[in-house]
Amino acid sequence: MIHRIEVRLREGFGDPHAEGVLAQIRELGIETVSAVRSARLFFIEGDLPLDDARRVAAELLADPVIEEFQSGRRETASDFTVIEVHRKTGVMDPVAASTEQAIRDMGLEISSVRTARRYELSGDITDEQRATIARRLLANDVIEDVHFAAYTPPETHTSKYELKIVELPIRELDAAALEKLSKDRDLFLNLTEMKAIREHYKGLGREATDVEIETIAQTWSEHCGHKTFRSDVRVTDESGKEIERIPNLLKTTVFGATKELDKPWCISVFEDNAGVIEFDDEWAVCFKVETHNHPSALDPYGGAGTGIGGVVRDPMGTGLGAFPVANTDIFCFGPPDMAIEDVPKGVLHPRRIMRGVVAGVRDYGNRMGIPTVNGAIYFDEKYIGNPLVYCGTVGLLPRGKCFGNPAAGDAIICVGGRTGRDGIHGATFSSGELTHEHETEFSGAVQIGNAITEKKTLDTLIQARDAGLYSAITDCGAGGLASAVGEMGEHLGAEVHLDRVPLKYAGLSYWEIWESEAQERMVLAVPPGNVEEILKIFAAEAVEAVVIGHYGTPGKHLRLLYDGQLVGELQMEFLHNGLPRPTKEAVIKSAKRTSPSPQPKDNYNDILLKILASPNVASKEWIVRQYDHEVQGGSVIKPLVGVEHDGPGDAAVVRPVLSSRKGLVISCGMNPKLGELDPYNSALHAIDEALRNNIAVGGNLEQMAILDNFSWGNCNKPDRMGALVQAAKACYDGAMAYGTPFISGKDSLNNEFQTDTGETIAIPPTLLISAVSVIEDVSRCVTADAKEAGNCLFLLGTTTADMGGSHYLLVEGVESGTDVPPVHPAESKKVMQAVQKAIAAGLVRACHDLSEGGLAVVATEMAFAGGLGVDLDISSTDVPSVAKLFAENAGRFLVEVTPENSEAFMEIIKDIPSGEIGKVTDTGMVVIRENTETIVDVSIADAKQAWQGTFDW
Amino acid sequence: MATPKAIVLRAAGTNCDKESQYALELAGFEAERVHVFRVMETPALLDEYQLLMIPGGFSYGDDVAAGKILANQMIHHLAGALNKFVADGKLILGVCNGFQVLLKSGLLPWGRADADEANRDATLTWNDCGMFVDRWINLRADSDKCVFLTGGETLTLPIAHGEGKFVTRDDVVLGRICDGDQVAVRYDGDNPNGSIDDIAGICDPTGRIFGLMPHPERFVDPTHHPAWTRKKTDHADGLSVFLNAAEHLK
Repeated sequence: MIHRIEVRLREGFGDPHAEGVLAQIRELGIETVSAVRSARLFFIEGDLPLDDARRVAAELLADPVIEEFQSGRRETASDFTVIEVHRKTGVMDPVAASTEQAIRDMGLEISSVRTARRYELSGDITDEQRATIARRLLANDVIEDVHFAAYTPPETHTSKYELKIVELPIRELDAAALEKLSKDRDLFLNLTEMKAIREHYKGLGREATDVEIETIAQTWSEHCGHKTFRSDVRVTDESGKEIERIPNLLKTTVFGATKELDKPWCISVFEDNAGVIEFDDEWAVCFKVETHNHPSALDPYGGAGTGIGGVVRDPMGTGLGAFPVANTDIFCFGPPDMAIEDVPKGVLHPRRIMRGVVAGVRDYGNRMGIPTVNGAIYFDEKYIGNPLVYCGTVGLLPRGKCFGNPAAGDAIICVGGRTGRDGIHGATFSSGELTHEHETEFSGAVQIGNAITEKKTLDTLIQARDAGLYSAITDCGAGGLASAVGEMGEHLGAEVHLDRVPLKYAGLSYWEIWESEAQERMVLAVPPGNVEEILKIFAAEAVEAVVIGHYGTPGKHLRLLYDGQLVGELQMEFLHNGLPRPTKEAVIKSAKRTSPSPQPKDNYNDILLKILASPNVASKEWIVRQYDHEVQGGSVIKPLVGVEHDGPGDAAVVRPVLSSRKGLVISCGMNPKLGELDPYNSALHAIDEALRNNIAVGGNLEQMAILDNFSWGNCNKPDRMGALVQAAKACYDGAMAYGTPFISGKDSLNNEFQTDTGETIAIPPTLLISAVSVIEDVSRCVTADAKEAGNCLFLLGTTTADMGGSHYLLVEGVESGTDVPPVHPAESKKVMQAVQKAIAAGLVRACHDLSEGGLAVVATEMAFAGGLGVDLDISSTDVPSVAKLFAENAGRFLVEVTPENSEAFMEIIKDIPSGEIGKVTDTGMVVIRENTETIVDVSIADAKQAWQGTFDW
Repeated sequence: MATPKAIVLRAAGTNCDKESQYALELAGFEAERVHVFRVMETPALLDEYQLLMIPGGFSYGDDVAAGKILANQMIHHLAGALNKFVADGKLILGVCNGFQVLLKSGLLPWGRADADEANRDATLTWNDCGMFVDRWINLRADSDKCVFLTGGETLTLPIAHGEGKFVTRDDVVLGRICDGDQVAVRYDGDNPNGSIDDIAGICDPTGRIFGLMPHPERFVDPTHHPAWTRKKTDHADGLSVFLNAAEHLK
């Protein structure tokens, strides 16, 4: 039987969640709801007497101080509107799993627990409004069902899966039939690829099974195979004239720079799940950044949470396993203030996406106990159908355990979470375009995470690693076991018994087990003699681990079995090297340089305040505070700095080894506004900004590594591909000029959205550059907040009149020209080296890099972060005032130096473009003068209010 | 006196155990991190230690309520051993999730793990803002009884929690806690979560069991402070909590 238990707050205790829901109902424009109450619902299934169920409710489920419970259904007063939100069958429910265990801890036997949420709304609302509230605020159709009355789910009955091997005849298919097969099974393979598969099976003289075709499609997916980036490219100009041919774009550009730079401190680059560099004699660090864009569009909370969960597993699966020490998060959303009626069909409102994404990252990252230390958020209308969610993880691993090496005969052990139907076709799905129908079509591609499963898996894996019990490890990410076992066994072959994989529920077919992207799973290669001992380590902390097969087969084949019967057999050689390398067409548009010239004004106060309040620049404190950025005890420079701990920081610094003074500086750079105007310089700007941010707090250009994450539109379209080629070339040029190798990267292509009216919205070319550097002594670090009145302010770097893509034009509502400020990496590098030297010498009291909003914004941020003022005179150079205040040239810093240290500082910067432009004051005012005129005079209180007001959610 | 030994208890989802161990070691303890399953198998393990620390994190995901499931395990499997630990005059420190566990197991406020009494009189619930919050706050040590603090001292420490609002069943309970000098620390100035009477941490009637929401282990190095670049000092407020414990055990 099923006991339904409702738990709700007693009268007199406030319910912040229900109040939050009420506020959001008002945001929807529904004014008639006067109050919201919420309740937690538990459904306990099993032969449990009512008295015991009530004991469970009293002692475990309800907090007796503040809550009351009721078993059975509560009578609903007629003036309440009831909305209950229940998970769809098969959707992971972490609370239910923990509750089951806790009930057993009480000595009671049950069969299962389910949970749900209930809301009671007072006030008159129409059925339509009720549906809007349920759909827009409370439930996600993809994973949840809504009931408008008390609902108790039926007892669960799952039927066992009966093996039925499905053959997919392919040898006789013509082109049309091949394309149909690809489409019908959501393989996302093109005709050339389908033909290659057909020819392969003709050669074998047999038909394929479904699991074989699925495995090939997954291995060859854009997501796993990076087909576009590894393709040959034919580049033409707009007239169709061929300019050049580039063999293997990735190898020529991003990889190429790393290879040529050949830094001795790079341990493993582009070959493992994360790039690995030296930290000290004992430790190495690795860094990986991933995107989780498509799932986050459908289910922001689950998508972003599993984005973090997934990228955390990359370091865990790097070398012989790293311990994650820091996370980063960078998001791109549609405008948060967009009118609801303007949001295209099939798309969630940007605010809902943003709230969901932030909550997803928060709940997963915080539970994992990994500090989220660095990030950024950008807004643009073109992200409306394709929000971008980048998640990064830095890990720490012993120097002697940076490489795994599976051997023939090693057992394949799957450890961690169970396998369900979650995320079937995730890898192929994330390689295609989204349409307004994807919401329903691909709901299975959304995964639901359970951070605690991943955390306890991590805890035990590190013990097994330190005991030296396994020879290789990798994560189950996109493509699931197929990808993990397929990659680890590439040179050995593997035999997998799919019926041995632990399942969340019965009924999965063999290919679903093989392809499932269920979260929190890792795959190990374990020498046979260590199997017993390693299983003991996992069992000791209730982590599930099962031997599912072994590596090493005759002919190095991948053999898949179910109940002892062969259900698929693939040649590793064909799987990994059979993908035809395509030639992509790219068109590079000749950039006609246009440059609208802004009219000079007498006073720029309003513009300054508008830029400070603009979403890209405004304070993200609302988000930062929701992330635990100090767990693990290594925090040195936090995301928010200054006298009241609420000013903008440039980069994060952490001490990953608590007993050491050495630190990691972590930063990022991105500028979607520039991407469309000038893909080449946009990419250089992203690199320069990531390095600048890093240097500004005390980073080390001598040992700084960078990562590339491209999110692009559909690169089968030659103009998108052309922009990709330009950005990739900038990556090569930038890495070479700054001396910063790429150590890892990832791309997410096809970020385009088809609206129901047939319009295609492509995202702006969006390149995220992440940087990490290693520093000797964290106590040398500096922050951006102004420190003391009387200190001198120096502007380093060159400012020009180019205003393309600037926030000045954005807030003025002026359409930008293409005059993106050119980046000069060689000059920038000199500036960065000077800053690094001055910080190392202890000459710098504060340092802030110039980026969005230019000098005026940066000086203002320094002033209010320090609770002080600044007085600047910008008469000296001959660029227009608007540019001096708001241009966004790369390679610039504003540096605070005490008068006593000025001379020594000037000696260091004597060979770079620089000037002393003013002083820190204690007036609480930002004053900027030009030729005796005061063109800015804003109080730091007003400035801070503007900056903090936008996201005061 | 021999070096005092501390056990840092961890469970699935505990995540402040390493830095807690480090803080204890800085203060002169020999500290070990031990999984709760090991203690459930052999409760006598606790005999080897003079201080039990339940660190922060999300034990069992904070599913059902923060700290509830670990507290449930302690009540049903370890009550005897824990009550003996207390009776032996030893120290217990619960930080953040650990404080939630102490309240929900009954070790606070009245110093006894007990299924019938646990979680009856006081609890920690959702912050008024309804969200997880990480920020630094000022604290005032208000008790002369709590051995981890010096009465009257002020501290600056970070908080990082969603369920940190201290609530009592009624004013009678609150009065009893206050009258017993059991309010160990109050938020000084800014109350970040709506706790009644600005309570940030309490101790049991002996002063030897202490639970608090702020994280002392996150301020044991001067560079932990969010504004350390403004004025350099060698001081780290959180370390004193562990030093006081070590001093008491000498």
